[in-house]
Amino acid sequence: MIPEIGHYAIVLALVVAIVQGTLPLIGAQRGIASWVAVAAPAAVAQFVLIAIAFFILMYAYVISDFSVINVAENSHTAKPLLYKISGVWGNHEGSLLLWILILNLFGAAVAVFGTNLPPTLRARVLSVQAFIGIGFLLFILLTSNAFTRLIPAPLEGRGLNPLLQDPGLAFHPPFLYLGYVGFSMAFSFAIAALIEGRVEPAWARWVRPWTLAAWCFLTVGIALGSWWAYYELGWGGWWFWDPVENASFMPWLAGTALLHSAIVVEKRNTLKAWTILLAILTFALSLLGTFIVRSGVLTSVHAFASDPARGVFILAFLIFVVGGALVLFAVRAPTLKTDTIFAPISREGGLILNNLLLTTACATVLLGTMYPLFLDALTGEKITVGPPYFNSTFGPLMIPLVVTMAIGPLLPWKRADAAGAFARLKAGFAISAIVALGTLYVTWGGPVMAVFGMALSAWLIGGALVELAERIRLFRAPWIESLQRAIHLPRSAYGMTLAHSGLGLVIMGIVATTAWEVERLQIMRVGETIDFAGYQIEFKGTRDVLGPNYTAIRGAYDITRNGRTITRMEPESRNYPTPPMQTSEAAIRPTPVADLYIAIGDPGPSGGWATRLYHKPLVHWIWFGALIMTIGGIVSLTDRRHRVGAPARRRARREGTPAPVAAE
Amino acid sequence: MKPKHKRLSFVVIGMALLTAATILILFALNDSVVFFYSPSDLAEQDVQPDRRFRLGGLVEENSVVRADDGVTTTFRVTDLASTVSVSFRGLLPDLFREGQGVVAEGQLDAKGVFVASEVLAKHDENYMPPEVAEALRKSGQWQGDEGKKQ
Repeated sequence: MIPEIGHYAIVLALVVAIVQGTLPLIGAQRGIASWVAVAAPAAVAQFVLIAIAFFILMYAYVISDFSVINVAENSHTAKPLLYKISGVWGNHEGSLLLWILILNLFGAAVAVFGTNLPPTLRARVLSVQAFIGIGFLLFILLTSNAFTRLIPAPLEGRGLNPLLQDPGLAFHPPFLYLGYVGFSMAFSFAIAALIEGRVEPAWARWVRPWTLAAWCFLTVGIALGSWWAYYELGWGGWWFWDPVENASFMPWLAGTALLHSAIVVEKRNTLKAWTILLAILTFALSLLGTFIVRSGVLTSVHAFASDPARGVFILAFLIFVVGGALVLFAVRAPTLKTDTIFAPISREGGLILNNLLLTTACATVLLGTMYPLFLDALTGEKITVGPPYFNSTFGPLMIPLVVTMAIGPLLPWKRADAAGAFARLKAGFAISAIVALGTLYVTWGGPVMAVFGMALSAWLIGGALVELAERIRLFRAPWIESLQRAIHLPRSAYGMTLAHSGLGLVIMGIVATTAWEVERLQIMRVGETIDFAGYQIEFKGTRDVLGPNYTAIRGAYDITRNGRTITRMEPESRNYPTPPMQTSEAAIRPTPVADLYIAIGDPGPSGGWATRLYHKPLVHWIWFGALIMTIGGIVSLTDRRHRVGAPARRRARREGTPAPVAAE
Repeated sequence: MKPKHKRLSFVVIGMALLTAATILILFALNDSVVFFYSPSDLAEQDVQPDRRFRLGGLVEENSVVRADDGVTTTFRVTDLASTVSVSFRGLLPDLFREGQGVVAEGQLDAKGVFVASEVLAKHDENYMPPEVAEALRKSGQWQGDEGKKQ
């Protein structure tokens, strides 16, 4: 009975969504205030209905109700509670329900907190959201109902893929979805603005917090996924240029461009059409990401759901949404023209260059991801585009981007003052040169490009710090004045410094771990000691371990350095009975300087165990940097300018009003 | 600077970037595209020994042999019409098992043995790599949809 209530709630939500999609839109067009007023309560009602459905599914997982097919196929009574709950979105139907729950969460947030928006704009935004919702609700009801019954109910479920039973992965999809779906807000605002036919600086101020929140979530989601791959897949990789990874990376690139171009709209009232277009493209890439992951059209280490019928539905939906949006854009874009004058080498110019580079990089990733699909469709030939392609296209595009990232923020708006910016960047040059020399000294004889990469990221971090120092007039004004300036600096300034430095750390981590990684694969016998990357590693043997829902063989390796005992590392090879599967749990000893990584394989035919060892310099900086970037985003979100809505109501909302951002 | 010139300069920068990206892409695609072959494809056409490609099929039953060094494994990949011998030095992915689908990337050596540098792991053990399913379908050995999840 209870699962049927969940199903019924989804049907009701569809009806509400249809009302929410049509009445307010017509009302806003014809000036019928009562129809416009329908939007907000409808959005809240839809959210409540979907939340009911979602929690009913979660309940079915928690009590292991195997009369629901979805639960029977993806859960098991012996699973720990956390993975029973994360199992809800560890499968196709449940993850769609999560997608739409988040869509509605954002919609409801606009309804509740967006009271400072003009009513017609808010109504239009909510009705565009409702149309996206209609598409996904139909998709759920027609092809992917999570509440379908299985009669008779089996006594035991099939279990969740053990690789997915991991805290990192339990929260990876929700964060990705919060990011993907968060960009739907930017999309809805863009469409609403196109329907209204005008874009003002205030519009950019409303859109930015949503985009920023989505960007933060997506950054966390991508970093979590990469971290999970690093410690769980047992081969020490952290990024594979796999289609599913690219699917989340492309909206991130486009979303990053959108964040920056929205600044130009807000500050300078120009670049409007481009920003609208970016908002459309970012969400289109998010939908494409859903399409790639959910249809299984591309071979991928991640491809665990494949059903062409679903793929066709999403593709049709994608064409409808993106095609419709682009047509509307083509009709309305000419009315958005502005002729604000600025010099090419100015803050605006820098941001435009940033946008061009980010979108070009995004396009190369898109091409590499979709090319196999096109070739297969056109000629039937099966190919794979691997990491070498992405490294040699994406990498070179990042170099000018990073170089300009340090300069851009130091340029004034509107007028050209490149010489001044470079003069102020002297400290940045110095930091960069010191890092280059230091790297050269430590890694003499290593790859030269890596030294260049380290210098480049130091340049970026140096540039970000110089910009901050300039703003507070550090060393050029009395300390007390610098301190006062630091206190009064808008939070978004700190956000930028953090985000840019965070990216610098990420790049350092990537460069170091790629260039100076040491790997060894060999059989180790009990009692054998090897020298590896400055450590002495002794294999002490293995023992059997019983986990909550698996059995494992645990190896013990004693790590010493010059006779000093450092630690014992215990990698595992786990065997899960349901579904039958073997996974390896690497043992990792992370330090700020380098990770030691040991994975144990199968026993050799003549004794000993296959052991894989890695020494990975600075690898944790990748995720630490991503964390700093996210913190930068959050700090920027708390900026007062983002909390106030329309300028007219600025004063009224200054005191302690919650931000118009829901899922912060 | 006039707005017209300003716009022109951005268009020029944009075009230059696109051109650069296109050149990068063409070079990169030329070098790094990896084709997929089934064992039957390999039997039909000559593949150069130094050309990297992906091989997919089923791991033949009773074909997996571990060499004495403990980290090299040899096995045969079949699409039930033809077979290819494969040698791989490294830890096999968790889902590698006889009778299951597999995709390996590498190149042929002079003796016609496929030397894999990478054996791909699939998340889901019910999941059949689409290329493998396609290869089996082509060789007329496809048995319904048991490889597909849900």
